[in-house]
Amino acid sequence: MAVCIAVIAKENYPLYIRSVPTQNELKFHYTVHTSLDVVEEKISAVGKSLGDQRELYLGLLYPTEDYKMFRKLHNSFTDVMCNPFHNPGDPIQSKAFDGIVSGMMVQTG
Amino acid sequence: ESVLAKPQHPLLHSQRFSASPCAGDQSLFTSLYTSLAQQLPREPMEWRRTYGRAPKMIHLEANFVQFKEELLPKEGNKALLTFPFLHIYWTDCCDTEVYKSLVKEDMLRWQNSLRAHGSADWVIIVVETNDNKKKNKTNILPRSSIVDKIRSDFCNKQNDRCVVLSDPLKDSSRSQESWNSLLLKLRTLLLMSFTKNLGRFEDDMRTLREKRTQPGWSFCEYFMVQEELAFVFEMLQQFEDALVQYDELDALFTQYVLNFGAGGNFGWSGLLLRRPIDMEKRDGIQRGEASLLDLRSYLFSRQCTLLIFLQRPWEVTQRALELLHNCVQELRLLEVSVLEGALDCWVFLSCLEVLHRIEGCCDQAQLAANCSHTVGLWAYATDKLKSLGELCGLVSEKEPTSEDLNRTVDLLAGLGDERPETVNSLQSPYKKLKEALSSVEAFERHYLELSHAAMEMYRAIGRLRSARLVGKSLAEFYMRKADPERAETFLQEALKSYVSEGWSLPVTHTRKQIAACQKLLGRTEDYLQTSALLAGDVNLTTEERKHFCQEILTFAGKSGDQSQKVTLSMGVFTQLTRLQFRPATASVHSGAVLQVELTLRCLMPVSVHIQQLAASIHFDLERGGTNGRSKGTQRQTNPGTVEFHQSNSSAGPPSSSAAGPPLELDEIQDRSPSDNSLNSTGVVCKNTHLVMRRHDSHSPPDTPNCVSPPAVAMKEGAQMLKVQDVTLEPGNNSIIFTAPSGQPGTYTLRQLYATVGQVQFVLPHIYPSVQYEVYSQEPQLTVEPLSEPLLAGLPQMVKFTLLTGHYTVKKGDALQLSNTDTMPILPSSSCTARISNPLVGESVLSIQSSEKVTSISLPPTPPYHTLEFHLEVLCLIPSGDERPANERLTNGEMSIDCPWSIYSTLLALTFYIPFKTKHSLLSAGNRKYIQVCVQNVSDVNFTLAEVKLTEKQHATLELQSLNTKTQQLLCSKHSVFCLWEVRWKDDLPSCLQCVFSADFSPLNQDISAFKPFHYQFQFERVTTLYSVRADILPPAGEQHCRSGLLCGLEVCITRLTEPAEGELAEDSKTDTDGLKTTKLMYEVADSSSNWAVCGKSSGMVSMPMAASATHKVQIEVMPLFAGHLPFPKIKVLKYLPHTAAVAIQPDPDSCVENDSLSLLDKALDDQGDTASIRSRGSVHSVGSGDQQQKGVAMPRLEPFSPGQVFNHSYTQQVLVLPATDDHIMEVNAT
Repeated sequence: MAVCIAVIAKENYPLYIRSVPTQNELKFHYTVHTSLDVVEEKISAVGKSLGDQRELYLGLLYPTEDYKMFRKLHNSFTDVMCNPFHNPGDPIQSKAFDGIVSGMMVQTG
Repeated sequence: ESVLAKPQHPLLHSQRFSASPCAGDQSLFTSLYTSLAQQLPREPMEWRRTYGRAPKMIHLEANFVQFKEELLPKEGNKALLTFPFLHIYWTDCCDTEVYKSLVKEDMLRWQNSLRAHGSADWVIIVVETNDNKKKNKTNILPRSSIVDKIRSDFCNKQNDRCVVLSDPLKDSSRSQESWNSLLLKLRTLLLMSFTKNLGRFEDDMRTLREKRTQPGWSFCEYFMVQEELAFVFEMLQQFEDALVQYDELDALFTQYVLNFGAGGNFGWSGLLLRRPIDMEKRDGIQRGEASLLDLRSYLFSRQCTLLIFLQRPWEVTQRALELLHNCVQELRLLEVSVLEGALDCWVFLSCLEVLHRIEGCCDQAQLAANCSHTVGLWAYATDKLKSLGELCGLVSEKEPTSEDLNRTVDLLAGLGDERPETVNSLQSPYKKLKEALSSVEAFERHYLELSHAAMEMYRAIGRLRSARLVGKSLAEFYMRKADPERAETFLQEALKSYVSEGWSLPVTHTRKQIAACQKLLGRTEDYLQTSALLAGDVNLTTEERKHFCQEILTFAGKSGDQSQKVTLSMGVFTQLTRLQFRPATASVHSGAVLQVELTLRCLMPVSVHIQQLAASIHFDLERGGTNGRSKGTQRQTNPGTVEFHQSNSSAGPPSSSAAGPPLELDEIQDRSPSDNSLNSTGVVCKNTHLVMRRHDSHSPPDTPNCVSPPAVAMKEGAQMLKVQDVTLEPGNNSIIFTAPSGQPGTYTLRQLYATVGQVQFVLPHIYPSVQYEVYSQEPQLTVEPLSEPLLAGLPQMVKFTLLTGHYTVKKGDALQLSNTDTMPILPSSSCTARISNPLVGESVLSIQSSEKVTSISLPPTPPYHTLEFHLEVLCLIPSGDERPANERLTNGEMSIDCPWSIYSTLLALTFYIPFKTKHSLLSAGNRKYIQVCVQNVSDVNFTLAEVKLTEKQHATLELQSLNTKTQQLLCSKHSVFCLWEVRWKDDLPSCLQCVFSADFSPLNQDISAFKPFHYQFQFERVTTLYSVRADILPPAGEQHCRSGLLCGLEVCITRLTEPAEGELAEDSKTDTDGLKTTKLMYEVADSSSNWAVCGKSSGMVSMPMAASATHKVQIEVMPLFAGHLPFPKIKVLKYLPHTAAVAIQPDPDSCVENDSLSLLDKALDDQGDTASIRSRGSVHSVGSGDQQQKGVAMPRLEPFSPGQVFNHSYTQQVLVLPATDDHIMEVNAT
């Protein structure tokens, strides 16, 4: 169940963040931000295989489905980045991206 | 029959075993047991496994139990641990009789009962001792016979089922050998049976698992079965396999929970990891009474035990965290109703229990090195303790209420009694929890201890964000405890991190907490600054924003002394987005009005009344331009407008577009140094050092994001832009200042202040820097044509423009114009001046002219105004020779004296003569005509009238006009030709001095507007001296010329007049016979290639200088084409022998040309007497002025003046027939 999906820039600020129970948004923000610690740890560790991707997620997120979703999201993310009018580093404001994220949340949640 | 004690239940941990019920001689077995039990596991056996699993070497260890029929497994038995794998019958019988009477019967019974239970794993051991043999000597049979008998009785075809052990208690090689073979046999059989039974067990287990979807299936039942397998593996020291069993159970259980649900009442005493096997829980499971937490706890304790055996303690912590999260999730999923806080207790205890367990098996160094694995549990425990504390009213200034206490009691009751394992230890999770919940102080101590431990660990492993989150939680605790001082540090630290990484929601939330904290601390300035930030924070609701805004306004409204004023950064209150100058040049003369419009985006949710908005100005005298208006401030896109780019307010991401400076590009061209040709071109970025600067390392953008308000230094400038009483509405506001512009110089806007009661918002630096210029201007007078171009000869309007600059034109000030003859100023009755700034006023101008000076009195005009008036001037057209060739007259003579300067201004105006005039003399035999062509070169249409031609010197001469019209239209770029016939009485004077005059005026103007136009010219040598007559004669016998056939050209040159005096002196010589002759040269030239001149084309003739002297020349020419061909041209030139003095400058246009020179050469050649000419002819010396002036002796050719030679056959044509009368017509179109 995806409850919160975030895309974080490499400077650690959120490019996109959305969560399903909106009343808990703040908590998710905190959680995602804190999880960057782990993400940083993983990224800085060299020679990690692709399989370790799933460990980038916090325990509270179900890891089983995550990898697949990551790909799907990644494709969409690539599309956003290919938009010539998108300035890399700006927050993502793409309707298509939003739609895909919503789809993922509905599908799994 | 003797039986060994049945293994204790539970199984002895870490003992390797396989059960082997024994039958037969118990006393015998007892004597051998020790040795057997010791030696059996000594050698490893290779264990081949089913399902392709890798074979393993295992040591077999057995428990020996006395045979009892009831111990034999019944149908459907699931126990594997107590399973009798091998049945052994011991006997030391060596007496046949005894065997027959007793032993055989006993064996049979044993075999039958085995068969009845379907067990085929057995062995009979016959022990042989010498003692036995000695004892029963009479019935001694060969040892083999008993064995043989047994074999034949029981082991049909299975001879290996009967083994002999010889002298087991003796220390002989024979005994040893016998032991070895026995042990090998036992191991083999045991392993065989084990493999077989294990396989069967696994199959049964799988079958059972497949049934899990059927109703009535019990997870607990299945659990016990698979755990049996795990135990077996554990006994065999196959921990990995054992762990797999538990993991499978774990996964199955998770699935089971999700599918069906399980639950029930439970306690929350937490995990218990101190025992290898928690039998209480296991029994509960066996009975099917275990709660979800029990089951999970038990499962985890087993997994933990195995992982520690496997020396993977860090996996325990990781799994523990997952387990705890899972359980919490599962309970929530199953909607199990639990006492509030019970889960927290469970999690807290479990975390500590796991940590204790890990601490128990690792040393300090290991723990420190691996705190990344344990820190999660620490943080989780901290978190849970905090929520427990909150629940039980322990996180407050006050003591817990009775309700809180009740809750605490309930929670502690659920823990039950402390487990016996930890009763005696000083620090158990149980004791800790109990103590922590016992009082406010104890809670604080424990909570702080945990928090600090977690934070330190996070910091140690570099997880700063996590550490800050714990810190923030701690801060919340302190706030609850009304200890804002300690809370603030943690909050600020957290905020800094969120701000720097651009997480707006956490920033807002944390900032709100900080605001509360600062308010408690009474730090007014900081609090107001934070409030301002929050009031403009879009993440908050309007209500919240209004609240924070009101906080500021309330403070601002307090009446207090000056020292209580608070200065805040403006960026959070309102943002300067745009500044606009009016006029846009941002450059005015001193004293002029310059307006500055500021666009302020107010971030407050409500409108705010500002008592004063001011901008301080820095004045710089040096750069002030006194040199006039040329220096306008250059702005790229929108002149006079400065856009301020804001870094996004509270916590936007560091947007890349705003962060980077714009590219400054320039074109470069690489040219070759030699010929300046372009080698390459390109574009360079001039500010790469700024653009390419690393962005991620630089500090986050300043003021609004700063955690603490920046130190705002107010610089009181001498001059300020000020506006009183402004109300800023939310959103964009436009505020207009009138900028001071007294002194010339540069004014730079430095700071912006907004005063709201006691609060002052300050923008410490206005960037990009904004400046405007005030200049002082010298008065400036320009004179320019009202319309281009100025035409000479007609009155033209000239515009005088006076920019007064700093000078005030007083009454009585006048411009003094010095008059010139060529350009009089025409007096005008009504002349008005326009005064504009830019409003227009008019006033009358008075002009007084004296002989030398025209004085224009100026109306009084204030500084920085424009005075404009028009004057009519006339530029006279010079007649005659002084007229320039390009019809352009520049009048640079007029000087103007101005009242503000001691120097005169020189005035230069350029006029254009509207006409271009040409004259020409035309002849018809002796009659002469003068033609004047007037071309209008201007853009104006004129009317010409009173066209006249007069001759100045010769009164007798009559010029008869052949022009019919009195008035003539002369359109722009058109020409008018006028013609006069010259008539004379006696002699035609050789020189004519003519004046052409006409009146002209622009079209459609009345007669008074006509202005005269004069044109002087002269003719010389106008009399016709010679007439040339040419005739073309067809070849003999032909009526017409034919192309290609030679015909004769007869040229007849006739002298018409008696020689004049000048002529005689000039170029005649006296022949030997006394007759005066002059030498002429003729030349036949056909430029259009119609004719081919055969023979000589030029020649010299000596003409007698008398009237009617005639010379005829015959020349052969051949027409090249058929048709009406024009006659070939015949030129007649004067031939001046080398002795003649140079008198006449030849017209350069009529120089002898190259081709004629070659003709001349040829002609001279024929004459044979002019070798000197030939040698010099190639030097082109004929027309060269230098040599003439030097008077170098050489013959020359000189053309006649126009009119001196009249050609009768000019433009005459002759009919030429085609050579043969064929039908092919040759058409030559050129």
